[in-house]
Amino acid sequence: MSTKLGFAPLPTMTADEALSEAHRCLMCWDAPCTRACPTSIDVPGFIKRIAHDDLVGSARTILDANILGASCARVCPTEVLCAGACVLNELHERPIDIGRLQAFATDDVVFGDLGLFRSVESTGRSVGIVGAGPAGLACGAELARMGHDVVMYDANEKPGGLNTYGVANYKMDQQTAIREVSFVESLGVEIRSGTAVGADVSLDDLFKNHDAVFLGVGLGAVPALGLDGEDLNGVEDALEFIAALRSASVDLTGQHVAVIGGGNTAIDSVTQAALLGADRVYLVYRRGRDEMKAYPHDIERALTNGVDFIHWSAPKRIEGDGSVSALVCDRTEYGSDGKLQTTEGSEYAIPVSMVLRATGQEKRRSFLEQIDGVAVDASGRVTVDDQFRTGNDRIWAGGDCVNGGKEVVNAVAHGKAAAIDIDRVLQSSPRGK
Amino acid sequence: MADLSVNMCGIDSPNPFWLASAPPTNTGDQIARAFDAGWGGAVWKTLGEPIENVYSRYSSIDVNGQKIVGLNNIELITDRSLEMNLIEIEEVKRRYPDHAVVVSLMVESNADAWDEIIKQVEQAGADGIELNFGCPHGMSERGMGAAVGQVPDYTCDITGWAKASATVPVLVKLTPNITDIRMAARAAKNGGADGVSLINTINSITGVDLDNFVPRPVVGDKSSHGGYCGPAVKPIALNMVASIAADPFTEGLPISGIGGIATWQDVAEYILLGSTTIQVCTAVMHYGYRIVEDMAEGLSNYLDSKGMASVNELRGLSVAKVTDWQDLDINYVVKADIDQDKCIHCGLCYVACQDGAHQAIGAERSEDDKTNVWIIEDACVGCNLCSLVCPVQGCITMEEREFGQTHMTWNEYTSDASPGDLYPRPKHGVTIGGD
Ligand SMILES: Cc1cc2nc3c(=O)[nH]c(=O)nc-3n(C[C@H](O)[C@H](O)[C@H](O)COP(=O)(O)OP(=O)(O)OC[C@H]3O[C@@H](n4cnc5c(N)ncnc54)[C@H](O)[C@@H]3O)c2cc1C
Ligand SMILES: Cc1cc2nc3c(=O)[nH]c(=O)nc-3n(C[C@H](O)[C@H](O)[C@H](O)COP(=O)(O)O)c2cc1C
Repeated sequence: MSTKLGFAPLPTMTADEALSEAHRCLMCWDAPCTRACPTSIDVPGFIKRIAHDDLVGSARTILDANILGASCARVCPTEVLCAGACVLNELHERPIDIGRLQAFATDDVVFGDLGLFRSVESTGRSVGIVGAGPAGLACGAELARMGHDVVMYDANEKPGGLNTYGVANYKMDQQTAIREVSFVESLGVEIRSGTAVGADVSLDDLFKNHDAVFLGVGLGAVPALGLDGEDLNGVEDALEFIAALRSASVDLTGQHVAVIGGGNTAIDSVTQAALLGADRVYLVYRRGRDEMKAYPHDIERALTNGVDFIHWSAPKRIEGDGSVSALVCDRTEYGSDGKLQTTEGSEYAIPVSMVLRATGQEKRRSFLEQIDGVAVDASGRVTVDDQFRTGNDRIWAGGDCVNGGKEVVNAVAHGKAAAIDIDRVLQSSPRGK
Repeated sequence: MADLSVNMCGIDSPNPFWLASAPPTNTGDQIARAFDAGWGGAVWKTLGEPIENVYSRYSSIDVNGQKIVGLNNIELITDRSLEMNLIEIEEVKRRYPDHAVVVSLMVESNADAWDEIIKQVEQAGADGIELNFGCPHGMSERGMGAAVGQVPDYTCDITGWAKASATVPVLVKLTPNITDIRMAARAAKNGGADGVSLINTINSITGVDLDNFVPRPVVGDKSSHGGYCGPAVKPIALNMVASIAADPFTEGLPISGIGGIATWQDVAEYILLGSTTIQVCTAVMHYGYRIVEDMAEGLSNYLDSKGMASVNELRGLSVAKVTDWQDLDINYVVKADIDQDKCIHCGLCYVACQDGAHQAIGAERSEDDKTNVWIIEDACVGCNLCSLVCPVQGCITMEEREFGQTHMTWNEYTSDASPGDLYPRPKHGVTIGGD
């Protein structure tokens, strides 16, 4: 075990850097960056406030729209959101570095002691939030700022959801995620970590103790693939691998790592493995490059870190004696019916010492189905209306458990929209449910 | 390669690029380095009874990250002894006999004082003398500088004293802190000036330190108004140069143009509006002497492209192109045109026209979620604003439109024998609430 992290998030901007970057912003009308943001942050507005040396105003502009502005600044795929929409791209110029400007503007407020938001008088109404991930935190923060009592329950030891346990270290470290959670707590939210609803707190108690409930339970583990040899040492859920790295680094020197999958978890896993010194890192994916769900900029980063992409390959079994020694695959191709199929007699083995599953998280179907009135669709996502109401008129839901797994910023947008509706309902309903 | 040499009211200079009387011409050593870098002339930092300056002397205006768009100073004339300066003038002239060394002077308002100092600098070898009637701070309170320049009679009298003593050409440096610069130029001419230099700095306060409420530059717990210069003052100076060049009373009076000059384009504009030489201070304080390299190269290339063999051919060509408003062709019509292939969909033209001009641009989100903009031709008054805000080179252009309208000035239009009709102007707001 080595203490080297091997990588760290980009440092925050210096004031000079931020100023010169802020001055590059054209201040577009009906700005495309704002339109591209799921939380509709007034990007030119906060950037101009940086340029005009009003950091408090800048932070407020961001945090009013998105209370997790500090983590979104670091983990958002800005390349396909705000910065991707920046008109400077069309001038073949570097787009505004919106993410880092946003971190510059929010850090002093979120991580410092610059109290920006004053507490308001309590409405006496209580909202229970299941899951202290981005969706739950955004919902809770918004409700607390409106004066409602908020209690958040999270099964994990530490709050923050995947911001704390899932995002890549080179985007944001765990400490930063947890400090942002403390900021949300400072708005008047109570967080009970290590408390699973359905186990440590019963659903009955939850509904008894709160006027309304928000479900931000996210998704579950990556399920087993059902391959022979999956129980060998060295075969792991990629999410567990990533979660472990959040609190302690590992040295992968000498290891040959295969990650199965083509989405964001797979791409983060291979990049982290490469950065941690693995000799060989393979991304093994059934289809071609164009069909990968991972973002082009993340693929680019994996490639520049020396990851080998093995396309058109379906894992068949894992071999080894106690520990993994090879991942055996078949080649794949599209058949005449347009369906992906394995090619007969194409079997080959990749010699590896680690295999990580990154083939998609499981939905929390069994938990959700216990709750009266909450419906899930065929793929296990909670069904909600435009206001994020479930079929139960006291229960709202948002985040990954609703959209099937997107980004932090989408979860924040859901949580906030749900909070606004919860407030509306609580304000208009008689007390004492 | 065009000939850049000029003769400024009798002073030969290898090129029109002179340093203005200011910190860049403070010492002989500096001027020698400037001549080595390519400057054709220098106006020595104003000599007189040496003064003492305060600590903290400059402040500036930055615009959107561009440093020193305008510079303000509360420095006075030279703080070095006359003897030392005279020795250095002599040495510079000995080493650079073909360069123009003009010495700026400011002494109290009596003929003897002027006579004495003029004799001394001529003795040292000065090619010309510049009378500093412009300094707007510190010296004016002592009855010198702008205090002289603001009263045409004083300007005329003191210029007369200087002319009576001097054998070399005398330039009068004008202050812009007056209502009509032509009065000051006329007074200088009446006093016998061989040429005028303008502008000196403009009275200014650049801003206030928002922590301690003291304007900048902060001198302890107070500040003082200063003199403003740099790129921001160029339009003001150009207008003053042009109006002197066009004034029948001062027509032909050689002008050394000053104010915000930093590039060959600036130089060309000053010359087109009637300057023979130009002087630079702020740009050198910002970037050093080497800026003269591309001034010389650029001006020369420009003259070549215009087929001009000498910079003298350029002088004054724009003077007659500045006219009174009444003499403009009111039937000249332009309309904005957007090159959709170049548009980056920032919407800046739309909001500028919508909120700040004449509501002649339409905007709409396209199917692929971009801001599409278009000109509403009938509403466009051809004001240029959209083309000014557009961040893309050549994307919005103003296109001349011929509708068979006759050339007609306001004076002609309003005369009894109006030669034609006024091409219709879009009028705005008439449809509010329906009509
Ligand atoms: C490996 C990985 C990397 C990612 N990288 C990025 C990235 O770089 N940028 C980005 O924007 N997005 C990224 N995402 C996506 C992002 O993390 C999620 O979209 C976001 O965290 C969803 O927020 P959420 O609140 O809906 O769910 P989660 O973050 O998953 O939080 C759900 C929380 O609910 C808790 N919970 C669940 N059930 C219960 C229960 N019964 N009782 C109590 N608590 C419960 C869980 O413990 C968890 O803390 C990544 C996702 C993964 C998997
Ligand atoms: C710090 C400073 C000191 C100056 N001192 C003098 C001076 O002693 N005599 C003078 O005639 N003009 C003086 N000026 C004015 C300049 O010569 C010049 O007229 C003015 O700065 C405008 O030119 P610019 O825009 O190129 O700077 C001074 C200007 C500055 C900035």
